[in-house]
This record gives sequence, structure tokens and C-alpha cells, in this order.
Amino acid sequence: MGFDTNRKSGSVMVVGAGIAGMQASLDLAESGYHVYLVEKSAAIGGVMSQLDKTFPTNDCAM
Amino acid sequence: MDQAKCTSCGECAKVCPVSTTNEYNELLDFRKAIFKQYPQAIPGAFGISKHGTAPCKATCPAHVSIQGFVALINDGRYDEALKLFKEEHPFPGICGRVCHHPCEGECTRAQVDTPLAVRELHRFLGDYEREKGEFYLPEIKAEKRSEKVAIIGSGPAGVTAAYSLLQEGYQVTIFEKQDEPGGMMRYGIPEYRLPRDILAGEIKVVQDLGAELKCGVTFGKDVTLESLKQDGYSAVFLAIGLHNGRKLGIENEDIEGVLQGVSFLRDAAMGKKVELGREVVVVGGGNVAVDVAQTAKRLGAENVTLICLERRDEMPAWEYEIIEALEDDIKIVNSFGPRNFFIDKDKQRVSGIEFNSCSRVFDENGRFNPQFDESVCQTFHCDTVIVAIGQSANLDGIKDQGIAISRPGGLEADSVTLQTPIDWVFAGGDAFYGPKSVVDAVACGKEAAISIHRYINNMDLREGRDTTWEFVRPDIENEEKKDRVKVECLHPNARAGNFLEVASGYDEDAAKLEANRCLSCGLCSECYQCVDACLAGAIDHSMVAQDKDITVGSVVLATGARPYDPTPLSELYLYKQNPNVLTSLEFERMLSSGGPTMGHLVRPSDHEEPKKIAWLQCIGSRDTNKCGNTYCSSVCCMYAIKDAMIAKEHAGGDLDAAIFYMDIRSFGKDYEMYYDRARNREGIRFVKARIHSVIENPENRNLILRFADENGAIVEEEFDMLVLSVGLEVTESSLEMAARLGVNVNKHKFIESEPFTPLATSRPGVFTCGTFQGPKDIPSSVTEASAAAGLAGCQIAEARGTDTKTLVIPEEIDISGQEPRVGVFICNCGTNIAGVVDVPGLQEYAATLPGVVFTDNNLFTCSQDTQGKIKDKILEEKLNRVVVASCSPKTHAPMFMETLEACGLNRYLFEMANIRNQDSWVHANNPELATAKAKDLVRMAVARAITLKPLHGKVIPVNKRALVVGGGIAGMNAALDLSRQGFESTLLEKKSELGGMGRTLHHTIEGADIRSYVGQLSDQVISDEKITVLTDSEIVDFEGFQGNFKTVVRANGQEQPQEIQHGVIIVATGAGEYTPKEFLYGEDNRVLTQTQLGDRLEEKGAADLDSVVMIQCVGSRNDERPNCSRICCQSAVKNALAIKKSNPDTQVYILYRDMRMYGLLEDYYTEARRQGVIFVRYQKDNPPVAEPSDEGILVTVKDHVLQRDIEIRSDILALSAGVQPIGSEEIGRKMKLNANSEGYFLEAHVKLRPVDMASDGVFLCGTAHGPKLISETIVQANAAASRAVTFLSKDQIKLSAIKAQVFPDHCVKCLTCVRSCPFEVPQFNAEAGEIVIDPALCQGCGVCACVCPRQTINLNNYEDDQITCEIETLLAGGM
Repeated sequence: MGFDTNRKSGSVMVVGAGIAGMQASLDLAESGYHVYLVEKSAAIGGVMSQLDKTFPTNDCAM
Repeated sequence: MDQAKCTSCGECAKVCPVSTTNEYNELLDFRKAIFKQYPQAIPGAFGISKHGTAPCKATCPAHVSIQGFVALINDGRYDEALKLFKEEHPFPGICGRVCHHPCEGECTRAQVDTPLAVRELHRFLGDYEREKGEFYLPEIKAEKRSEKVAIIGSGPAGVTAAYSLLQEGYQVTIFEKQDEPGGMMRYGIPEYRLPRDILAGEIKVVQDLGAELKCGVTFGKDVTLESLKQDGYSAVFLAIGLHNGRKLGIENEDIEGVLQGVSFLRDAAMGKKVELGREVVVVGGGNVAVDVAQTAKRLGAENVTLICLERRDEMPAWEYEIIEALEDDIKIVNSFGPRNFFIDKDKQRVSGIEFNSCSRVFDENGRFNPQFDESVCQTFHCDTVIVAIGQSANLDGIKDQGIAISRPGGLEADSVTLQTPIDWVFAGGDAFYGPKSVVDAVACGKEAAISIHRYINNMDLREGRDTTWEFVRPDIENEEKKDRVKVECLHPNARAGNFLEVASGYDEDAAKLEANRCLSCGLCSECYQCVDACLAGAIDHSMVAQDKDITVGSVVLATGARPYDPTPLSELYLYKQNPNVLTSLEFERMLSSGGPTMGHLVRPSDHEEPKKIAWLQCIGSRDTNKCGNTYCSSVCCMYAIKDAMIAKEHAGGDLDAAIFYMDIRSFGKDYEMYYDRARNREGIRFVKARIHSVIENPENRNLILRFADENGAIVEEEFDMLVLSVGLEVTESSLEMAARLGVNVNKHKFIESEPFTPLATSRPGVFTCGTFQGPKDIPSSVTEASAAAGLAGCQIAEARGTDTKTLVIPEEIDISGQEPRVGVFICNCGTNIAGVVDVPGLQEYAATLPGVVFTDNNLFTCSQDTQGKIKDKILEEKLNRVVVASCSPKTHAPMFMETLEACGLNRYLFEMANIRNQDSWVHANNPELATAKAKDLVRMAVARAITLKPLHGKVIPVNKRALVVGGGIAGMNAALDLSRQGFESTLLEKKSELGGMGRTLHHTIEGADIRSYVGQLSDQVISDEKITVLTDSEIVDFEGFQGNFKTVVRANGQEQPQEIQHGVIIVATGAGEYTPKEFLYGEDNRVLTQTQLGDRLEEKGAADLDSVVMIQCVGSRNDERPNCSRICCQSAVKNALAIKKSNPDTQVYILYRDMRMYGLLEDYYTEARRQGVIFVRYQKDNPPVAEPSDEGILVTVKDHVLQRDIEIRSDILALSAGVQPIGSEEIGRKMKLNANSEGYFLEAHVKLRPVDMASDGVFLCGTAHGPKLISETIVQANAAASRAVTFLSKDQIKLSAIKAQVFPDHCVKCLTCVRSCPFEVPQFNAEAGEIVIDPALCQGCGVCACVCPRQTINLNNYEDDQITCEIETLLAGGM
């Protein structure tokens, strides 16, 4: 892989698209960086998407 | 799956025959191989779980999708199965009888019990096809072509080549020497194995496809290469077979009574009379020899003896054929080689044959090299000898034409392309590669067809043909054994003397039963049903994973952790042994409406509603001996409380929910109140006990827990269900990734980090967040995520915006003065809508509506290509309003509005009619009514569309400066991060020096030096050009909104206040230590807080101390301050360890309620116990009592284990005083910020926006938000700065145009709107004497517009007439 050492890349790779990866990606994109969000499974959401409700508000995890 | 094409309609999953356990529901139910992870999943496209090619398909020479047709048989879809088989292979019935099935040799099922009966299963398909009486003909997709191809030989290779070439559109003629087609299948395989009608039926298919079949034509005599050329044939395929035998090479072999096996079988097949006599000897041990022997027997020979060189176990014939021969009373004599014939001189006919004993057939290299023992011979008298030791090609008329002959005496051709030295002539089948099975010939015929097609089209014959077929196997551990379904065979008596078919096939039930044994090795069976079902054409099974190189400036690792798998502890907790024992995540799925029971809480064993459920805490956490995860997982106490509450809600209240715990660790912000609610209001039982054992009640599968209660007595209690509160654990794949990336992990396998840089990994530029960093809950994970994003951005701030794309929006089309021109686009949604609603009828109806100038219907209106179509039509038809009749605007309106905007039409000139979710889905059983309703909905949408006006959201500029309030660790870190991202800030500190609470502390529990850290931090801040520090400062005035705030500050002792203009605010005002009123604090100087004890230890150590007592929860978790202060347990342990380090003889007692050493802090708790620190638990309602005495402070506490009061003398009594916010009330008032009842500032949303405040542009970090450790404060500061950057990096903010507007003329200033607005936006402006609604603050909820008694407030896009017109239109529709 060749690197252009004269220029800093304006892109970030986020590995894992659970709640943390998604939030990191959103903040990076909103801040003007290109994001590659890499996820192993077929959908984003991670373990949180498997939760029914979440504490301490008991609202729906979706 | 092409994600751009997939519309998520789900038709593919309906036809997929493969089911597998559903990971999303923790394997509690099933999903298809083609699937969407969960209904709301993003991306919304379906995906296919394909592990690879199954061994059967890879091994089959013809590469038939075996797993696919087996799956379809299992699903009862025989037509589809047959079609799939016949895509690759024309002979399901023939090969279903005679195939040597190499697939079964590799079948994974064979490793469990016996291989799947693949051959019998496709025989079933062949039989099914025959019984139906209609043979499936593959669709000829190619255009009919003029080129002609000649095929010499109508055996399996020739017929298959014809079958493939016909599908390519060629004109094919098959020339056959014999009177009937089939080659060896007709003249070599006896009829009892392959009935003639089966053969004829499957060969006839190529004639039905258009092949010309000419029998009785001899190549080399009746036709030649030259004549074929003259007749216009473009290519020839020679598939002439091996129709001659091989000789023994001994004397007198040509005498009467010595026959060749293949000739004998041919004569028998032709019905010629063959005189055999009574005694027949067959020489040979292969399949032909066995067939010869069985045929001879059937033709009337009394005794048939098969004699071969090989030992019984070496015989090349298939075992089942040998067994069948033995059943037919054929004698087999092994290990003899023929020596000479005996001749009856009178008759000039063979009378017997003499054999030598064969000592060895193959040499060390496995080559055929028989050795004989001349001393042992045996003679067999007989009437006939049939020699069946091999086959050879009949090359009469071949050589003469210049066709190349190979050294073994077959046809010569290229091994890959099958091309002979004569370029337009190709050769294949047995005559090319020697005697093989039918399926090999099928495979060869397909290859020949490919070569001929390429030859005719001048294409490279060789390209891409070196495919190697690799296969995958599933895990077969714990796979249940299933018996192979047996095939019925004719009894030997019933088959003697006739040629009736011996083996009968499977019936439907047997076939399905057998198909069910398939282990679905590749998971996806490659049956291609989804390809046909997908109307959008999104599925491509040839797609493979691709490697991509991506250049990035920084990396964020957020692969998380998974719930601990308690299977290794099954013996103890009966997990997987008793179905009523679930993990917490499994239980979570049971509670979910998208779960396996649709949210109905039932016991898995009997589907009864449970009456008693127990939760066991710390499974896979805080466990040194069983699983080795010694850390606390931080979340399990809270989720167990949640699950218990939700379970009670589901069960309607009469559920007994008990949580068995060691310490309840509800340490997060306001979490203690949640615990209190569960215990006091919801009636959840909390039992402090560790379970000794679990046994199953065999009567009802209930679970009996044995445990020691608080008094040490052993108790038993029975529950209906058991939930294991499993901890978090980093997965192996995350560890492998970390290793690949060169990122270190700690001993608990979480990412290694330092207390003051908690999200930096060991590799510069790589950051982490979430549960891979350490166990934590969702709010902390989200905070860390924002923080990691900020840190990643700090690294590459100068490249901001260089890799992003800017959306170019064309100039807006002016529609003023235009008559409405409405375009209506109706969606079929595959069959989701069109399957119920009459879409063409609806379209016709829409065209009649007033204002409508264009209508269309699309398979999927949301697809990318339809967006293009909509844009074209807007421009072509000059549409100025667009209505889409499809699904929910909630999910799809923003996308369509962008489509409008992309071609210059104002985005608000759009309306949707939801004819799917609100119509076709709910009225699926009443299409007529659904169509009528769709018409109503479309009519209403069109009426509303006509009233819509172009709207423009207000654009406000963003001031790029930040104001950070508070100069402690949080504020300083936030300001530094902003500076690194290129933004200036003003940092306000009310004291004269930066540092805040950090200046009063010494070391973290890990031993990191806090004072020097704070010193360095403040030096950096002061020397940073982008940060203006104002100490001794006070906020005098504040006003403004997001992007445009003004704060007036008086600072550094100056009289004159200064005005600071800024776009965002970061609140970092911190907190302090509670000053205790309890336990003689302030009365006796031997009573200290933990901070004071820290100072004392730093100064003097503990050498002079004999005994120190610490009391936890002073000023926390009480009626006045109900919440937990989070940090005091670790402060106590930190000081206890410092005392022990300074003076191991000092006795340290920690009197606690729950030790909340969450996450990796647990290690220090363990260490403290190991060093002899004594922990004594007390109850909230029976706290310790402290009394002064000359010898020290006497502390009395009731010990639960001893069940009596104990008195401890202490030199120092240290109080773990809680955390208390300072000054938040004043700041909150001045800056209009909300705080909770304890004075901590409130975040906008606990989980989704944990560092944002309710007002846009205001962010929060540090202990002003709630008690936390320094490392947590730093993370939160990083996060607040990161969130502020998302704001500051924009030049302007475009607000939604949907805002409320007051028309002052009719306003009577009743202030109803002021009182009603949930966001306190409408204000009475006394100067102008008007009500003002600031569009920058208005949330567009519409409450004011509804309540205004004068109806003088409008909500844009939802004006009165824009709503009432819909109702009027509906009613006018003739209801």
C-alpha cells in the first residue's frame, strides 16, 4: 500500500458499528471527515440492537 | 446482494429453502440463509449467509447444486429442485440409478453417521418427472443461431454436449452407430439397473429441445469429417465411447465359447440369443464383470463364477454391486489370474480355464503389476468364459481420417479444451479419458460445449477454465445422528431370470426424510430460488469478498465486547441442560416484541408463563476460579434490575422476581434511584447470596437454588426460570484484530490504556471506545465514542474537509404564479402493495384527479433508478408538486424530498400517501377495500399537495469561538482539544488558578501522579495561542442561541466586564467533596474525609497508625442525597492500600453497604482483601456509631456474619464523603441550564446525547454532570469538545422551515402560546408590544398554533387549510 506522506488523509476508519462505532462515525462525519465504518455483520447496531429496553429510562433500544 | 438494488421487500427469504439458527435472537429461533438481521436493520438490504461451496457440489464432476436441490426437496418444492438439477445435468433419473456418487464420499453427514443418499434423492426427482408425464425442458435463452454442430455418439457425453449447445442456440445433429441412442447407457448397462424407458425419456429431452438424432449412421463410413464439413457443420464432437473389450493375451482366446464382456452385454441388450451353457466363468473384477455375471445368470446360466486377480477388498467394482451379485448366487473367487484355456477337442469349444494364484496385484508404487505363484493353480470347468478385464475404443474408420490417436489407444485431445489437433474437431468421453462413470461424461460434455461455443465465436478456449473447487464443512459437534433412509430392492428370487429393475426409489415421504439429513454445509445451498424471486434483480451469487486498501489518517476501534458464554459453567447452572436457564441476552430477546416469542414471556420448556424468576449476578465476572474473568462487568446489576422490572410488567405484576447478588453496583448518574424504585416500588427481591448449586426438579423442570442466606444458613428455593446475568468479554476475533494492528491489550483482554489518556491505544493514531476499552454501559460508550471521534479528528485537523464530498444543489425553480401540476408516482413495492391493491386501477384513478398532469407506477419507487426517473419527469412534465403513494414518510420522505431538491424543486412541494403500512398490509385480505382506501389516500395527498408552498429554512451563521466554563481537568482538556481541532476558545475559571479539584488530589488508584498532570495541563493551556484564559472570572450576563451567543464576563479583578461572542458553550464547572455533618466530623480532629486522609498519608504515611476505620456512603445513598457518588469506594480502597503499603501492620476496616469497585477497579478490591483490609457490611437503616475516647474513635457496627455488634477502636476515622456539585445553581440560572434535583446539570438524552445539553450548542462535561473518576472526566471533556466541533466546523446552520409564525394583527397577547410551548420559545416583547417566536429556537411542534384562540399562529407546511383540505376531500369522496 502506498502512502502519500506529504498529505494528511482527511479520512478515518471506524471498526465496529455498534452504538460506539456509530456515534463516533456520526461525530466524525459531522466534523468534516470522511468515515469508513467497517462492520463484520450484515447490519449496524451491534449488541444494543438486540436489547429490548435500556436502563435507566426503560426506553426502547431501537 | 447489490445493496443499491435491494428494496428489502423480503420475497427472497420467502422462497429460500434453508433455515438456520437466528443469531439476532440468540439462536432461540430460526431465520433463512438469505436474511435481514432485524426488521429495522440498516443497511436495509438483505444478505446471504454463504460459507462457501458444499463438498457435494464441489466433488460432483458436473458440479450440480446438490445441497440446493436437497434443500428444495426438503421444502417439498420438487419442480424447483428438478429445474435446478437439470441446469447442470440432463439425467436426474439415469444418474439417479447408475452414478458412482463421489459426492457421497465427501458428504459431511458421513462424519456423523452415514452419507446423505444424494443419488437416491435425484432419482426421486427423475421419477417425479416421469410420473408427472411432462419433462422439464430448460429455457433456451440464447437467440437461435445458424451454426451447426455434429456430435458423434449418443452416449452421456454426446447427449450432454448437445443439451448445452442447444441452450446456446446452436443447431445440433447427433450421429449414432447403433439403432438406438444412449451409447454405453443403452448397450453396456444392463436393463435391471437402468430400465430402457427411463433412458429413452431423458434422452428424448434433447430431441424436444431441437436436436436431430440420426441412428444407424457409422462415422468413418456413412459420414466423415469431410462430408460433415461439406454439409456446413462448424464443429464436431467425437464421443464414441469404448465399445470393444480387452484381451487376456493367452493362447486360444479366440476359440468358441470365449466371449468379450462388452460384446456380450451389447448382444444381451439387443436381445440377441447368446448360448452360454450351464457353467459360466467371468474373468474380471470391475463393474462390467459384475454386470456380465449378473446378466449371464439372468440369461439362464446355472452357475456363474466370477474370478479376478484382486483380493475381495481390492476389487474395483462398487461394493453394493458385488453384494447384489452375491445375493444373485454368483460365486466370487479372488486372487487368481488366468493361465490357459481347456478345449473340448470334439466340439472345438472351450471347456474350462486354469488359473494361477495371484500373490499381489499392485506394486509398492500402486501400479498394476501382478505377481503370480506358479505353484498354486486351480482349474474351473465351464461351458463359457466371458472376459471382462477392460474396454477399448473401436477405431475403425477413425485413424483413416487423420484423427489423432493417443498412446493408450484412445482419441487425443487437449485435457482442458478437448480440442484435437484438427481445430474444429473436439473429443471427449470414455474414448478420450478411458472408462469412467456417466457423471464424468456429463461433465466432459459440458466442457466440450463450452469449447465449441468459444471456438465458433473466436474466443479464447482456455481462459478462466482452471477453476479449482474448494469446499467448506460446518461444525458437526453435537450433531444429532439420523439414520439413512433405506431403498427397497427386489428379493433375489423375484429378480432371478428377469431384467426387472432391482432397486426401487424413494417415495415422497422417504425423500423428504432423507433430504432432512442434509447438514447444509455451505449454509446457502445455491439453489438460486432467490434470484428468480427478486424482481429488482439485486442478487448475484457470483459475488465474492473483495480486499480493499483504504488510506486513513486515524482509526477508531469500536468492536466492543460480547456477553460471556456460560456453557463452561453448565454443570453448575444447568445452562443448555435445562431450557429454563437463559442468559440475560437470551432473556432480553424473550422480552422483545421482535423476539422468538414476540415478547410473550413464557418458559421455554413448556411455554407456561413463569411465576418465579431468579437472576444470578456475576456470571462470568468477579470470578477468579471458574471462568477467570476477575473484573466487574459494570452493567449486569443494572440490566438485571431492568429485566426484572420489565418481566414484572409483562407478567402483569404477580411475578416474583429475585436477584441474587454480591454487591448491587448502581453507580451511574441517577442509577441508585432506579435501584430504589425496583426494590421499594416494583417489589423486586434482592437477595445477597452466592448460589451454591442448582438442581432440576424432574417433575416440572423447575430450578432449585441452594444458597447460604445472610445469617449463613443453607436455604433452598424453587424457581420457574433462571436468568444468568452474564458479564462482558472481548471476543477472540477482536483480539486477533488488535494483534494484527499492533495494539496492546491488558490482562483482562481489554485495550491497554493509561489513566490520563484512556482512549489512546499503544499505537499512535489508533483510538478506542466502547466496551473494547473496558466494560461499561451505553451512556459511557456513547460518550467515549464522541471522545474517540474528537481525538481521531485532532490528529488530522488540517485535512478536515479534504476527503468529504459537497452536495451541489441546483438553483431553485421559481413556481410562483404557476397552476399546480401534480405528478403522482405509485409504488408496487414488489408485491407488497401490488399483491393487494389494484395499482394500474389506482394509477388510472389518480390521473383523473384535479391538478394531476402525470402519473406513473414503479416496481420500487424508492430505488435509485426510480429517483432518476422522477427527476426526469419533474423537468420534462414541468411538475411543481410531487405525490408518492408508497410507504411511510417517516422512513422515506427525506429521501424523496432530496430528489426534488436535486432537480431544483423546493423540497416542501412534496406529499406522501402511505398505501402500504396503512393499507395493503392491514387490509391484505380485502383487496377491493384496500384499493378503495388507496384511492382515498391518494386523493387526499393530491388535494394537500396543491396547497403546499415553497418554504425556506432560515440560515444562521456560526461564530467559531467556544466558551468553556470551568478551568479544572475537564475544562482544560476540552479547550485543548478544541485548539487541536483549530478552534479558539475562552476558558473561564472562577478561582485565581487553573486545576480545580485536581489540585487537591495526589494519585489515581493506578498510581498516576495527578498533581504533575494538572500542572502540565495548565501550562499547556496557558501557552496555547488559541485559548484565552480568564481567571477570577464571573459571568455577568448571557444571551443568544446556537452559533450566536454573547456572554459578559468580569475577570482578573477588573471592574470593566468584557463581552465574549461565541458559537458554543462547554459547561465544566465541576463538583466538590461533601462536608459531613455525621460521625463527629468537625468535632473531633481524628475524623477526616478521604481527601484529607490522602493528604495525611502523603505527608506522614501510616507508620504511627494502629487502626483506621473507614465509613462508606457518607452523604450519599441517603434520603437527602439518594444517589451514589461513584468514586468513594475506590477512594477508600486506594487509601487503604496506601496505608498497607506504608505500614502493613495498620488494621484497616472499611464499613460499607455495597462495594462498588466497577470495571477493572475490582482488581484493587481483591488486592485490598488480600492485604488484610477488613470489609464489614452495614445496612442503611442500622449505620455505624462513632464515639470519641482517649484511645481513639470507637466505632460500633453490627456484623452480619456474626449477627452482633462489634466495636472497633480507630486512630483515624475516615469518612467517604460523597460528591456535591458546586455553583451549578448560579451558573444554571444565568445561562438558563437545567439541573437535576441534586444540582447536577442535565444532559439532553441520557444515552443518545450524553454530553449535549437541551439547548442546542451547549455541551457538558466533568463532575458538573455527575460524580466520576479523572479518566472518565477526561473522556467526557474529549467528548464535549468533539460534539462542539461538529457544530463549529460548519459555517452556517440551516434550520428546518417548519416553524411557527405569529401574525401580530390579530394577536390579543393572551399569552396562551407563551404558557403552552414546551420549549418556552414564544416571548412577549414589551418594547414592540408583540409576541415573538424566534425561528432559531422554535422546534416546529405546532402546540402554539393549536392552542391560539385567535388562530393567528401558523405552523409552516401545516397551515389550517393544508390539513382541512384533506378531510374535506375525503368526505367529498362520497363516503
